[in-house]
Amino acid sequence: MTTKPYAIECVNIKKAFGSVDALKGVSMFAKPGEVTAIIGDNGAGKSTLIKCISGVYNSDEGEIKINGEVVEFVNPEESRSFGIETVYQTLSLIEDLSIWQNLFLNREITKGFGPFKILNKSKMKEEATKMLKNLDVYIPSIKSRTRRLSGGQRQAVAICRAAGWGSSVVIMDEPTAALGVRETAKVEDLIKRMKAQGLAILLISHNFDQVLRLSDQIWVMRQGDVMAGLRSKDTSGDELVALITGAKSGKG
Amino acid sequence: MKKISKKSTAPSSEGAVDLNFLGRVRSKIQDPFFWSDWLVVVAFVFVIAFFGAIAPAEFLTLWNLNNILVAASIPAIIAVGQTFTVLTAGIDLSVSSTMTFGAVTFGLAFTNGWPLWQCVLIGTIAGTFVGLLNGLIIAKRKINDFIVTLGMLSVASGAALVLSDGKPRQVISESLATLAIGDKANIPYLMMVAFVIVVVAHFVLFHTRFGTHVFAVGGDPESARAMGISVVKIKVAVYVISGALAGFAATLAISRIGSAEPAANTSILLNSVAAVVLGGVSLFGGRGTIFGPFIAALLLQSLSNGLTVIGVAAYYQYLSIGLVVILSAALVRTDK
Repeated sequence: MTTKPYAIECVNIKKAFGSVDALKGVSMFAKPGEVTAIIGDNGAGKSTLIKCISGVYNSDEGEIKINGEVVEFVNPEESRSFGIETVYQTLSLIEDLSIWQNLFLNREITKGFGPFKILNKSKMKEEATKMLKNLDVYIPSIKSRTRRLSGGQRQAVAICRAAGWGSSVVIMDEPTAALGVRETAKVEDLIKRMKAQGLAILLISHNFDQVLRLSDQIWVMRQGDVMAGLRSKDTSGDELVALITGAKSGKG
Repeated sequence: MKKISKKSTAPSSEGAVDLNFLGRVRSKIQDPFFWSDWLVVVAFVFVIAFFGAIAPAEFLTLWNLNNILVAASIPAIIAVGQTFTVLTAGIDLSVSSTMTFGAVTFGLAFTNGWPLWQCVLIGTIAGTFVGLLNGLIIAKRKINDFIVTLGMLSVASGAALVLSDGKPRQVISESLATLAIGDKANIPYLMMVAFVIVVVAHFVLFHTRFGTHVFAVGGDPESARAMGISVVKIKVAVYVISGALAGFAATLAISRIGSAEPAANTSILLNSVAAVVLGGVSLFGGRGTIFGPFIAALLLQSLSNGLTVIGVAAYYQYLSIGLVVILSAALVRTDK
């Protein structure tokens, strides 16, 4: 174990919806510069967990630590202020806005002061170009409408947006589920570059091959609980399947 | 107009480098979004050319063109407000009665001896208040905008009738008369007022964070919310803008007729929606300009003026304007 603090650590997170215990005391962590995968069957609690981390849900119990310090947030905006960004499957891109507008959505750079703040468009375009270049994402024109991008390009833009805000933790929900083989490879390369830049990446994926290829650490969830935390290099697809289905107990 | 052309850069942008000028023109013409922005300009030129050719001696006189500009000023201002609501995929059906309500409060203040600027202010505030109610009910209670503003159409007209006891009030003021009939360099003051509002609205829409957020909320409210934009605030704001502009436009209406009328001028509503559609604003929200609806307001006024000039009975004018609106909505398919 390193002495370096975890980028994010969840301690005994509990969340219930009515009488259903969606999370029954989940503890996990993610290190900076690593891809941490969260896998599990449908209804295992993966989505609920990331929604607690991203501030969409408020957990009933437990604590979340960022770089070793306990933080509290009640909505996505506050979570974001701690450097946690989420790329949802829907991507949250506005089709009719340009790429640079999407990259700066609700974080627009302005000049002037008070009620006379006006958009600093040239600055935003410049920074947007840098944001994409920084992660080696090639988009023909940042001025074109997002509507015109392919699925992989959209995913890349959404990921760059999440990574580009001085964030320390980027959560990705099934980032390649809707993509073809080539685009999937590109997005995986992108994730590797983000990792190389020291971001902690939380990856939700159903694709075991991808998880084994990309991740450093794997948390297996089942019925609202963490069954096992494994180093990716020490495990195999068969073991993961066994853990997910409950054929093998990780806690034994 | 420069800005409109800037907004329609989409078609050539992807393979931009290797396209020559002709190629760029062709790909622009083939892009439906290009037409949603420019159809109105082409149609406007066509209408002017058409009536200019048939009745040059009557239509193309300075006096007549002046008339068009004066008559288009109020619809233009209302259309600007309507543009904001439609950009968020909403609609404000209460604009005409909001204007009437503003006019009545203006009239009340005026007969009570308030100074003119206070009357203008009170009319605008009255309109703002109606817009605020619309916005709060639509955004907070999540009730259909169509129903809320349709109800408000009746509420505001009713309030105007109650407040005024159904009687018009004379508003005699030299400054207002000057505003109504004066001009500088052949541009009527009323049109100047409208144009200033158009320019400010354009600026707000394309050069402020608020403007970007209006597009975002209209284009995809869920994504906008996910990025931390308050959909409720934006929605309330656009109805406030629409109401405030309607209330302010009451001043222009009063200056033209010399009295505060308690009866709603319903053609203003149709006109504003028509201008917005014709001006290329997507009824699904998230796409549009301010100059488009502005040109459309000029076009609609030119059309009805031209028909009058060549002696077409007024009944046919309603028919023709309605047809133009439906036709333009069919031509400009910016729908998703």
